[in-house]
Amino acid sequence: MPLRVTPKGIACCGAGLEQVSLDAHTLIADWITFEGDRLLIHTGKVDIGQRISTALIQITHEELTIPWGRIDIAPVRTGHAPDEGITSGSNSVEQSGYALRSAAITLREHMIMMAVARHGADAADWQLTDGVLSLSGTNHRIELTDLIPDVAPDVPVDQGHLPAHRAQNDLPRPEMSGLRKMVQGAFTYVHDLEWPDMVHARVIRPPHARATLRDIDPKTVVNLKAAGFSIIRDGSFLALAGTKEWPVIKAATKLSGACDWDLGAGLPAKNVFDALNPKDAQRFLVVDGTPTSKPIPDTNPNLDHTARFERPYQIHGSLAPSAALAHWTGEKLKLHSHSQGIYPLRDSIADSLGLALEQVEITHVPGSGCYGHGGADDAGFEACLVAMALPGTPVLLKWSREDEHAWEPFASAMAVELAAEMEGGKIKAYSAQVFSDTHRGRPRPGPNRTGPARLLANHFRADPIGPIATAPNLGKHAGMHRNLEPVYAFAETHLVKNLVTDLPHRTSAMRCLGAAANIFALESFMDELARGQSIPPFEFRRAHLEDPRALGVLAELERQVSLRPAMADGSGRGIAYAQYKNKMTRVGISVELDVNDRAEIRLLDARIVADAGRVIDADGLTAQLEGGFLQAASWTLYEQATWDQGGIQSRDWDSYPVIRFDNVPNIEVTLLDHPNAASVGAGEASPGPAIAAIANAVFDATNIRMRRMPFTPDAIRQTAAAE
Amino acid sequence: MTLSLTINGKTHEVRSDPDTPLIYVLRDELGLKGTKLGCGLEQCGACAVLVNGQAVLSCVSAVEAFDTKEITTIEGISGTEIGRAVQDAFLKMSAAQCGYCTAGLVVATTALLSRTPAPDDDMITQALTPHLCRCGSHPRVLRAVARASNR
Ligand code: FES
Ligand code: FES
Repeated sequence: MPLRVTPKGIACCGAGLEQVSLDAHTLIADWITFEGDRLLIHTGKVDIGQRISTALIQITHEELTIPWGRIDIAPVRTGHAPDEGITSGSNSVEQSGYALRSAAITLREHMIMMAVARHGADAADWQLTDGVLSLSGTNHRIELTDLIPDVAPDVPVDQGHLPAHRAQNDLPRPEMSGLRKMVQGAFTYVHDLEWPDMVHARVIRPPHARATLRDIDPKTVVNLKAAGFSIIRDGSFLALAGTKEWPVIKAATKLSGACDWDLGAGLPAKNVFDALNPKDAQRFLVVDGTPTSKPIPDTNPNLDHTARFERPYQIHGSLAPSAALAHWTGEKLKLHSHSQGIYPLRDSIADSLGLALEQVEITHVPGSGCYGHGGADDAGFEACLVAMALPGTPVLLKWSREDEHAWEPFASAMAVELAAEMEGGKIKAYSAQVFSDTHRGRPRPGPNRTGPARLLANHFRADPIGPIATAPNLGKHAGMHRNLEPVYAFAETHLVKNLVTDLPHRTSAMRCLGAAANIFALESFMDELARGQSIPPFEFRRAHLEDPRALGVLAELERQVSLRPAMADGSGRGIAYAQYKNKMTRVGISVELDVNDRAEIRLLDARIVADAGRVIDADGLTAQLEGGFLQAASWTLYEQATWDQGGIQSRDWDSYPVIRFDNVPNIEVTLLDHPNAASVGAGEASPGPAIAAIANAVFDATNIRMRRMPFTPDAIRQTAAAE
Repeated sequence: MTLSLTINGKTHEVRSDPDTPLIYVLRDELGLKGTKLGCGLEQCGACAVLVNGQAVLSCVSAVEAFDTKEITTIEGISGTEIGRAVQDAFLKMSAAQCGYCTAGLVVATTALLSRTPAPDDDMITQALTPHLCRCGSHPRVLRAVARASNR
C-alpha cells in the first residue's frame, strides 16, 4: 500500500515516558543509518525473546516502506548503541519504538522535501512505496537509499507525528526476526560462541550464600593444574578453566570436592511470610501510585472485609543457564553477554575492576528468555574475573542448571493485605498494604558502589564489595507497589508500601514485579466481594470503572464467556481484569479449569482480551500475552524456591517443578486494536490477571479460596482443612 | 579410543573420552551448536536428538552408547520430508519466542510424526511433556504440531 505524506498531527502518545529515549539521543542518525541499500536500526533495547527486534523492524517498515528483508538491527554494543538503560518494564515498544517511529517519520518527510527541491511539485504529490518515492503522473522515481548520502548527519528527530495510516484490525503479522534460524538450529546464543583459543570456565559455588572458602586441598589443585586447567581464586570466588567443556565440568566437580567451606551460621531458616509484617518494615504511604514520606494514617476501622495474599520466593528459571564470553586484551575488556542492561553493567564492571569506562565494551548476544534479572549480569562479571586472570584468552563461562536455580536473584516473596468497606453494592473504602523485599537488585551505578555491590562474585572476593541494603524504590508504580493502586474508582483508598529487608535471599526484578501479587490480591478480593454481594463479577467490576477502553475489554470478554458451555461439576470459571501500571496494556482474562479428587488443577480454557493500543506485531503481542499467562499459571500452580540452613534445596526442575505440556489449556487471545493510540508493551500485562483468574476459578470449582501461591494439591487440601 | 558416529548421514571419528555426554561431542568436537543444553539432567528436553528415529536426550548418556547408531541433530532435520514439514510448521505458526527450546521440540515432533503421522492429543502431550518452554510458547508449538501432522 503506498504511503502518502502525513500531515503533522497531534502527538500520537500522551505525555509519558515514551520520549525518554529520544531526549538523550536526538538525531535521526542516532536511530537510523544506511549501509548500501540496507537500513540499519540502532536501539539500546535488547531482544530477550519478547520480539522487540521484530516490532522495531515493523515500525521502520511502516514509516519508510523499505522492504523487510532490507532492514537490520545493529549490534547492541556499548559505545555504539543508544544508551536506553535496561530493557525492562515492558517499555521497549513505548520508548525505543516511539523514538524510532519519530526518527523514521522525520527522515521520510525530510527526504520528500529533498525530492520536492530537486523535481518540484508538492510534497503531497510524492508517493512512497517499497522504499521508492515517485511523483504521480511522471516517471520520476527516487530510491530513498539514493537520497541518503545527501541527508545531513545532524538532522534532529521531530516528535509528535501521527503514525502511518492503518485501518483498524488490519493487523500486521511480520515474521519473527530470527525464527527461521531457530527452527534450523542456526540461531546463535551466547552459549554458542566459539573463538580461536577460547577456554571454557565454570565457577565452584559455596554450599550457600553466606559460606566462605577456608581452604582447598593442595594436592587436588596441583593435579588439576598439571592436567592443564587454570584455577582462579579471589577470596571465596573460585573458578576453573580449560580448553574442552566436558573435561572442565568434570574438573570443576573435582575441585568442588576439594574445598573446605566455613558455613558460618548458615542461611536463616525463618518463615518469610512471618517476617513480612509492618513491625520491621520501612513504611511509605502511597499516593497516586508513588511512595511518599507523608505520615501514615490509621486504617479506617470500618473496613470489615479483610484478606491477606502471599507469594513465595520464585525464580526466573531461564531455560538456558546464564553464560558470557569475556576477553581481556591487557588494555580492553570485551564482554559478550545476554544482560538486559549493557550500559549499567559496563559501569558496574568497570568500577569493580578499577577500569575506565572506555576500557570495557559489552556487546549484547541473545540468551534464552529471561523474564527479568536472572543470572546474566553475574555470569558476565564472573567471565570478566576469569578473563582478567588469563590475559589474551577468550573465556566462555557458563552456569550450570544448579547455579541458575540456586544463585540467580529470586523474585521477592510478597504479602498483600487488603481491607474494604462496602456500601450499596460498591466498595466505599479500600486499604492495601504490600510487604516485600526489594525488586531492584540490578547492578547499576549508585551510592555506596551500588553497581559492584550487586554483582554476586564481588560478595566473595578477597576485598568484598556488598551486599548492601537496598534503598527503597520511590518511583511511580515501581517495585513492590506496581499496581498497588487499584485501577478502580474507590471513594477512599489507603495504600502502604512496607519494605522489609534482611530476609534470607538476594532478590531482584522478575516479570511485572509487584504487579503479580498485587493483582492476584486485588482481583481475588474483587471476586470475594462480588460473591459476597451476589453481584456477577463483570457487573461488580464495571460498577467501579469509567475508562471506556477498560469497559471495552470487559465487554468483549463477557461476550466470549457468554458463548461458553456451562461448567461441569468439579470445574469452575474465574475472571480478572488489570491494566499494567494503570496506564499500559489492559487485559481481561477468563479461565476454566477443573480440580480432581487428588486436588490437582487441570487448566482447560483461557480467553485473553487485550488492548495494547496500536498493534505493531499482532503475532508477537499474542505470543507475549500467551507466554505471560502460562508463566503466571506456572507460578500459581507449581513454583516456589525452598531452602534450609544448609542452602537452597530447589536446585533443578524436579525440586522446582514448572508448567509442562501436560497442563496447557486451550488459549484464545483477542486484540482490541486502536491504530491511532500509543503502542504499549504487553510482556508483563497478562501474568497478574492470569493468577487471579485461576484463583477465582478454583473457588468457583471448589469453594476453596486460595490466597497463597502455589496452589499445589497439598496446599489446596490444607486450605480446605483449615476452612 | 576412537568412536565412529554417524551424524546427519556423515560418519565422524571421535576421540573424546568415552564417558563424554553426546551433547558435548556434538557441540564442542563437531561444531554442531544447534543442539542446546538446558539442564544436563535429562529434565528439560532442550538437548533432544534423533537416534535411529527416536527422540533421545543427549545431555547425560555417554557418547560410547551411540557408537554405530544413526544420529540426526537439528541441523540434519531438514533431510527428511517430515522434518522439513515440522520446521515449516514451526515457522508458520511462529512457535517460538526466545527459541532456546525450539530445536528440542522440532526434533521431538519429527520423531513423533515419523512414527505416528496423525497423533491424538494424548500422544502429543506424551511426546512433548519432557520438554520445557519457559517463554510459554506451548500453544503455538501445539498449533505447529497440528499443522505438520495429517490431521
Ligand atoms: S539439557 Fe538434556 S534434558 Fe535438559
Ligand atoms: S521459546 Fe523460550 S524457552 Fe521456549
